[in-house]
Formats: sequence, C-alpha cells, structure tokens
Amino acid sequence: MNVTGNAVRQGLSRGGTELRQVLSNGQDLGSNLVWLIGLLAPIYFLRDNMLAGTDVSVAAFVLPSLLSMCIGFNGLLNLAQQLVVEREDGTLLRLKALPHGMVSYLIGKVLLVAGMVLVAWVAVLGTGALLVDGLHLGEAGRWLTLLWLLPLGLLAMLPLGAVFGSLIESPRSIGLVMLPVFALATISGIFHPIAGFPTWLQVVAQVFPLYWLGLAARSALLPESALAAEIGESWRHWETVAALGGWAVLGMLAAPVVLRLMARRESGSTMAARRDRALSRRAA
Amino acid sequence: MTTTVTAPDPVRIAPAEPPPVVRVRGLQMSYGAQQVLRGIDFTITRGQIVALLGPNGAGKSTTIEILEGFRLRSAGEVSVLGVDPARGDEAWRARLGIVLQSWRDHGKWRVRELLCHFGSFYRPYATDGVTRPWDVDELLAAVGLTEQADKPIAALSGGQRRRLDIAVGIVGRPEVLFLDEPTVGFDPQARQEFHELLRTLADARMTILLTTHDLHEAEKLADQVLILTGGRIAARGTVAELARQFGGEAEVTWTSGGRTHSARTADASTFVRQLIQGGGEVEDLRVHRTGLEEIYLSMVAGEEAKR
Repeated sequence: MNVTGNAVRQGLSRGGTELRQVLSNGQDLGSNLVWLIGLLAPIYFLRDNMLAGTDVSVAAFVLPSLLSMCIGFNGLLNLAQQLVVEREDGTLLRLKALPHGMVSYLIGKVLLVAGMVLVAWVAVLGTGALLVDGLHLGEAGRWLTLLWLLPLGLLAMLPLGAVFGSLIESPRSIGLVMLPVFALATISGIFHPIAGFPTWLQVVAQVFPLYWLGLAARSALLPESALAAEIGESWRHWETVAALGGWAVLGMLAAPVVLRLMARRESGSTMAARRDRALSRRAA
Repeated sequence: MTTTVTAPDPVRIAPAEPPPVVRVRGLQMSYGAQQVLRGIDFTITRGQIVALLGPNGAGKSTTIEILEGFRLRSAGEVSVLGVDPARGDEAWRARLGIVLQSWRDHGKWRVRELLCHFGSFYRPYATDGVTRPWDVDELLAAVGLTEQADKPIAALSGGQRRRLDIAVGIVGRPEVLFLDEPTVGFDPQARQEFHELLRTLADARMTILLTTHDLHEAEKLADQVLILTGGRIAARGTVAELARQFGGEAEVTWTSGGRTHSARTADASTFVRQLIQGGGEVEDLRVHRTGLEEIYLSMVAGEEAKR
C-alpha cells in the first residue's frame, strides 16, 4: 500500500470527521458563525443606502466583501486558534507519534477550514439572495470567479494561519492576532470603499491579501457600474492573482519551516508542563 | 544495484546473540547548564519488560523521550530497533508504540472511531507475519473498553481514558512499546488487568520500556529494573538480584526454649536448614529479607542529600 497515499487519505478522513463534528453540534456551529451573524445584521439596515457615485447599495458593496472576511477569519484566525489549542491539549503530539501523522493532521485541518469557509459562504450568499438587491447571483460566469477565488484565497491565508498558530504559545494570547486582523479588515475596504482613503493607507491595504480577496468577490457579484467606487475603476484581476499568489508562495515557503520547528519541540514533557500551567490557571 | 542470490552462509546465520532492541551507551542530556542525564548505559533485548524507576525529576521522561525520537540528546549513543532515534524515519516510527500521558485531546471523537482512525496509519506497514493494525474490536476487548466503544472520549472516566491511551499505543502492533507513567490514576483492579495485558504483549515478543515511580509495579512487572536517580543509573537487575546485591543479608528470628533469637545471614535457606537439622527446639521461625522498597528509599534519600 502506498504510504503517502495513505497519509493523504487519513488526513481527508480526519478532516471529514472533524467537519461532521462541528456541523452536528449546535454550539460549535454557533460559535463558528456568531461573528458572521453580527456582520450580516447591518446588511438589512444598509439595504437602502446608496454607495456614493454608483447605483449599488452599501449593502450590495459590503456583502461580497464579507466573503473575503470568511476566508480571512477561518483561514487565518480559526486555523491559528486550532493549532494553539490542539498543541496545548495534546492532539498534535498524539499525531506526531503516528507514522506520517503530522502530514495527515495538516491535511485534515485544511479540509476542515475549507469546509467551514463554504458553510459561511452559503450563509452570506443566502442572506444576499434574500435581502440585497443588485447582486448578480444568477450568472454562471460570476460563480466561476468565486470558484478560483476560494482555493487561491485559502492558499494565501492558511499558511499565514499556520505560522501564527505555531508562534503563539498559549490559547490566551490568540487575541494578539485577533486585533490586528480586525484593524486590517477596517482598512481593507470590507465595509467601505478605500478609493477615498489617503494614498498611504491605500498602499498599506493593498499590501495585504484581505483587500484583494474582497475586490475579487465584489467583481464576481457586483455590476460594472459599481466600479466607480474602486481604485482605478477596475477589478484588476491580474493584480489580484499576483498579490494573492505572492502571499501564497511566501506562506508556503515559511509555513513548513515554522511548523517543523514547532512540531520538533513537542514532547510528552513539554505538553505536561503546558498542562500544569493550564491547570494552575484554572485553579487560580 | 545487482543482487546475487547465494546459499546462506552457515557461519553467518548461526544463532548469534540477537541484536538488542534498545541500546544506550553514555547517554547525556543537558538543558542549558542543567545536566539531567549524566551518562547512562543499558540494553533491552526482545520481549523484555524493563522498568525505569526513579523519583520525579530523575530523568525518566527525558530518557524515554530521547528513545522515542521526540528529544535530541546532548551526547552518547542510542539505537532503537537498530536506528538512531534522532534520524528515525516514518517507517521506523511505525514499529514504535508510544503511550503518552493523557490529557484532553480528541474529546469529541468516539472511542472506536479514534482507534480505527489511528490504526489506519499503520495499514501500509503490515507484513506477512504481522497484521497491522490490530483488529479494533479485539483491541477494545483487550483493554476492557468494549462497552465504551461508542462513547465520546470526553465522557470517559480517568481510568478508562488511560486504557484508551494504552490501546492507542498498541493499535499498530509495535515491536517496542514505550510507556510513560502508564498506571497513574488506576485502581488496584485496573492495575492488575494492565499488568496482565503487558505480560501477554511481552509473551508475544513485544519489547516494553515503562517509567514508573511505583516500586511495587516495577517489582511485579519487570524482567529488569533500572533505578535512575540524579541522572545516573544507581542500580540495575531483576528485583531478586537487586535485593541480593543491596539487601545482602536476611534476618532470621526464632524462639527456642522461651527465648527469642535472631541472626543475620546472606544465605537464609542454608542457615534455616542447618538450624532445623541441628535438632534443637525451633519455634515461630521467621525470615525477613530487606525489601526492595527500603533499598530504593535509602538510595533516593542518599541522592537527595547530595543535592
């Protein structure tokens, strides 16, 4: 039997099991979607406000941008958080003791996160179809854009999540990543077009992948008339692919190194030490 | 590469000393300035159960983690199944079983589900002689978790969780099994069943190294006991050998003519035989051999005093 093939198969089966566990547990599903509901609620109130200089509503602008937030949240924050938590609770060490266990672990996580992004997308697109006018949900070509956006977005985000998850030592420090991501979201044109921002802020936003994910999602769902609100009045697909691809390459180079260093440190006694710290925290 | 098949050389295949499963020579480990292992040597042959006994902080876990390939040593030679653990690949890992200290991982997984999942990792490593993985129902029965098979792991009791840890450690039918403090949290009956399970595994030629700070466990279970204190092996041997080596003398007491006598002797059997053959009145005869416990405690106390 092929060893690598088996490791991939076990990783997929692992991801499938974990995805089922999340989807079949109301509490887990709720905690994964609660932030999304918080972001979707304003859509309803913004449905009649028009975006300056265009004929699309603010709601129609924000909704596709939220698709990029789904990738950002799940790919970066959720993955990082799971790595930190599962390093502390011993999951990672358990897999490290198996032949090819770490590879399967990562494959499982990628599948789980991709699944969670899809669930979140269904929630966002469903809300859009019900509440927001002016979205082009009925055209096949539009879906094609979403189809390349999802894997490319994951490729850009997941390695970053893996790097952060490896560098953060305690689950209590996960907030250290949460805050910058929220800050990034506010300047990345998720809630408001950045074309009106000062130039230096536009440059900063365009360095990071979140802006490009949002731009691509808007290009998929909004009419051409919405271009008036974008930088250079263009969807800039080539630039998008280049920016996201660049992050993906960078991440793919860094993540394996960081992950390997992190995994190498794992042993029974490092975990026991972490457990003792966690227990004394709980007692305190 | 070309290979020529020749008739086996009768001299070379003569049953020589079988190669040891674990071989450790001059093993040292330091964390910064702190030296945890100060040069230890031991050898484990196939099918042996060896207990690494010592107080907390003696270096037991460090030793076992070096053998598992989870920690890089500072100096010395180590081989497990003929491979240096620092360079062990995944095929080597597949021949190892590791029982970790339990915590709270995989809480949402069901017992059978997790064992099937973990077992599948070993499927490519099955050989003609060894079926891998272990049949999960058989394994559940062997560790006494048949009734809990469909329970989520978070719902198990501490003892049940520990049995699951052991099942996870042996699901790939390892050639060598490492257990770090396996019986913490076991009640006496669970402990008894666990000892029987390890015996069965050793009878099937599995090599087992466990750490414990419970002397009675080492005494009951191990073919060879290594007493580790302060990063050195202070004593080694079977329990009987250790008792002979360090206890030395036994104390024989008896009453004769209403008076109590006592004598110390290295060879209690001969002494007693001669005593009875001497023809005198011998009543209430008792032989007390210095227990391993006393030896162990004095050894540990001696080491603590040195710190």
